[in-house]
Amino acid sequence: MAKKLMKGSEAIGEAAVRANCKLFFGYPITPQNEIPEYMSHRLPQVGGTFVQAESEVAASNMIYGAAGTGERVFTSSSSPGISLMAEGISYLAGSELPVVLVNIMRAGPGLGGILPSQADYFQATKGGGHGDYRLLVLAPWSVQEAADLVQDAFDLADFYRNPVMILGDGLIGQMMEPVEFKENRVPCKPLKPKDWAATGCKGDRPTNIINSLFLDPQVLEYHNQKLKAKYDTMSRDEVRFTEYGTGDDYDLLIVAYGTVARVCSTAIEDLREDGIKAAMVRPISLFPFPYEAVRRAAKKAKAVLVVELSCGQMIEDVQLALEGSRPVHFYGRQGGMLASPEEVAQKAKEVLAGTSQEVRHA
Amino acid sequence: MQNDVIMAGFGGQGVLLIGKMLAYAGMHQGKEVSWLPSYGPEMRGGTANCTVVISDRTVGSPVIQCPRAVVAMNLPSLEKFESSIKPGGLLLINSSLIAKEPGRTDVKVLKVPANDIANDLHNPKGANMVALGAYLGATHAVALEEMEALVRETFASKPKVVEANIAALRRGYELGEEGMK
Amino acid sequence: MPETVFSRPEALQQVTTHYCPGCTHGVIHRLVGEVVDELGLRERTVGIAPVGCSVLAYNYFATDFHEASHGRAPAVATGVKRARPDLIVFAYQGDGDLASIGMAEIMHCANRGEKVTVVFVNNAIYGMTGGQMAPTTMPGQIATTCPLGRDVSLAGWPIRMAELISTLRTPAFVARASVHAPLYTVNAKAMLKRAFQYQVEGTCFSIVEILSTCPTNWGLPPAEATAWLEDNMLPYYPLGVFKTPGGEDRAPLPLGGRIGASHAK
Repeated sequence: MAKKLMKGSEAIGEAAVRANCKLFFGYPITPQNEIPEYMSHRLPQVGGTFVQAESEVAASNMIYGAAGTGERVFTSSSSPGISLMAEGISYLAGSELPVVLVNIMRAGPGLGGILPSQADYFQATKGGGHGDYRLLVLAPWSVQEAADLVQDAFDLADFYRNPVMILGDGLIGQMMEPVEFKENRVPCKPLKPKDWAATGCKGDRPTNIINSLFLDPQVLEYHNQKLKAKYDTMSRDEVRFTEYGTGDDYDLLIVAYGTVARVCSTAIEDLREDGIKAAMVRPISLFPFPYEAVRRAAKKAKAVLVVELSCGQMIEDVQLALEGSRPVHFYGRQGGMLASPEEVAQKAKEVLAGTSQEVRHA
Repeated sequence: MQNDVIMAGFGGQGVLLIGKMLAYAGMHQGKEVSWLPSYGPEMRGGTANCTVVISDRTVGSPVIQCPRAVVAMNLPSLEKFESSIKPGGLLLINSSLIAKEPGRTDVKVLKVPANDIANDLHNPKGANMVALGAYLGATHAVALEEMEALVRETFASKPKVVEANIAALRRGYELGEEGMK
Repeated sequence: MPETVFSRPEALQQVTTHYCPGCTHGVIHRLVGEVVDELGLRERTVGIAPVGCSVLAYNYFATDFHEASHGRAPAVATGVKRARPDLIVFAYQGDGDLASIGMAEIMHCANRGEKVTVVFVNNAIYGMTGGQMAPTTMPGQIATTCPLGRDVSLAGWPIRMAELISTLRTPAFVARASVHAPLYTVNAKAMLKRAFQYQVEGTCFSIVEILSTCPTNWGLPPAEATAWLEDNMLPYYPLGVFKTPGGEDRAPLPLGGRIGASHAK
């Protein structure tokens, strides 16, 4: 298929359709309304179903019901809506159901604002809902990558029987860029029959029960350990990242994800023109986080700079990765303000000149 | 080689549309492009604006704080973005609606009476096309032929609109080229 | 040769339930099981279990099941039915689940006209959590969170869900029945059967509210609980069909008023 200029929101919707997802349940919230709007006209064209739920709470439970039948299903929302979906997400993880969730992050806390943010990193990667669970979290930095990751997300969700979250920001949703959908795409994971699905109990087969209730603590502990083993497998097999400029020498390593990493890539170019050598590791999977890649890349650097549209969340994973071996600095914008290449370059210069304060925990 | 521009004006002046057309034409010409609108409360009422990047390489930041060019279709847009232009960059002003003299002396100022030209061409809605043409004439960010082809494609169902907009585009392009001489 | 005259429905598992003595959940399970059997639906039925006393319903029905979070069974049912319209989907919910935390989900599920069936068990109290006040608790009724009895000036009046849902314009089958005495139970089964039939035919959303006893949390022996239901709940929660998809919204009560239950007083 030829390249098409698409809004990120539409590309995400189209990618889901191309991943053979025929079901969408969601609730309006800015800045991701283009996704449900796109699905509401696109799904009927392919024999699918779009339902506007009465709330995000209901939407998260509708996808839970739909996923229990083994059909591919997806929803999208933005930060306050994801908080409401936390109930359904916890149950989806506990019941080991495959769904794809999109969070187009906006600034918080509370009602916050409607402009881009990365302040839901903790919520996405460390929990959000109750109980010991993990989502696979993928963060695109371009519209094309958003389209590719959404399609991969359905395969990963099916393979692991686990919810997968696409964590984007307002920029990814609103931006238009060329997108190409490959014909005859091969799934990124082998797909198994969904013999666990609740689709009617034929003949003598035991009933299939979609459930996360285990009143016997020994049974629940076994279930928790089984989930943990699955998350460990993801941590081993599903780490995704890219490196930028790490082939050359550099004094500063930048770690950033999503569209902020785009800003940083321009900053790195600008810095090189000024004779300052910087490189970047961009995590694509936020859970699992590319600890080893960050650790390895930091060895060539004198210092590490983390850039986020938050007060500093991913920085904790970077610090875990480095185990104190390099000073870690932070540059963040909040409230929906964007970081510019000039600001990042300025901060990078301060870090290398020794005029920036290292982030340490008292 | 990278061209980037912020196009700004009142909602309804069609600045988001010409920004998209610029991105489309750039893509058709084999360039890497991004189009980023302002959104939210800004969208309603005040100024609408979008940032377009056209590059020979993968587009880095789609957010441009200091653009190489600004197209200001109204006074609030001029006041908002004039100071951000890169030194040596281009400030394209719709002089039909902006009487104020810009203060920058380190950028190339190009005044185009876009609304007057559009009215003269009996295409009062085509001021945005005049401005787009002028931007192309001044920067050659995308070839004029590529943009004309896109206009034909975009307004295919309305042949009169196609011809009127191409006339507006060409007139703007001439002014843009002349202005840079 | 001995002849089997009474057996468990195939749609129920051969297990003992955890329900308290005198609780009518077991009766209602059986009625649902019989209806599913009689309509030949077992192999294409998916039940949705709530949070409440019937949280373990999936252990008692011999159909595929889906556990829901508190109040969300109608949303889960919507997801299942929209994903697989060929399945027969029923949600089984109590009054705290449906009329309190799940009010939005039940109303919107009904209003969208989802082709699912809801079995709504109203026993005027939170059972599983230990006898707290429900939206359906009767005025003056004592519960652990209204130890002096429900004060309607503070807690409002009990919510009549069947009446509330029947105000929606969307076609639906809405009925209220009771299982506190045999003849009522026969009627309750007939209502459930109509409800499931409407779903089989793809006609409309259907809900049957069934009045039920909770001797444990009411603090009454089973026989007295039955009488309490008849004396206190029946006058406030009238039985009958409140809405049918054809539009004859308030059909006459099928039982013509009160029918003698075995009064223990």
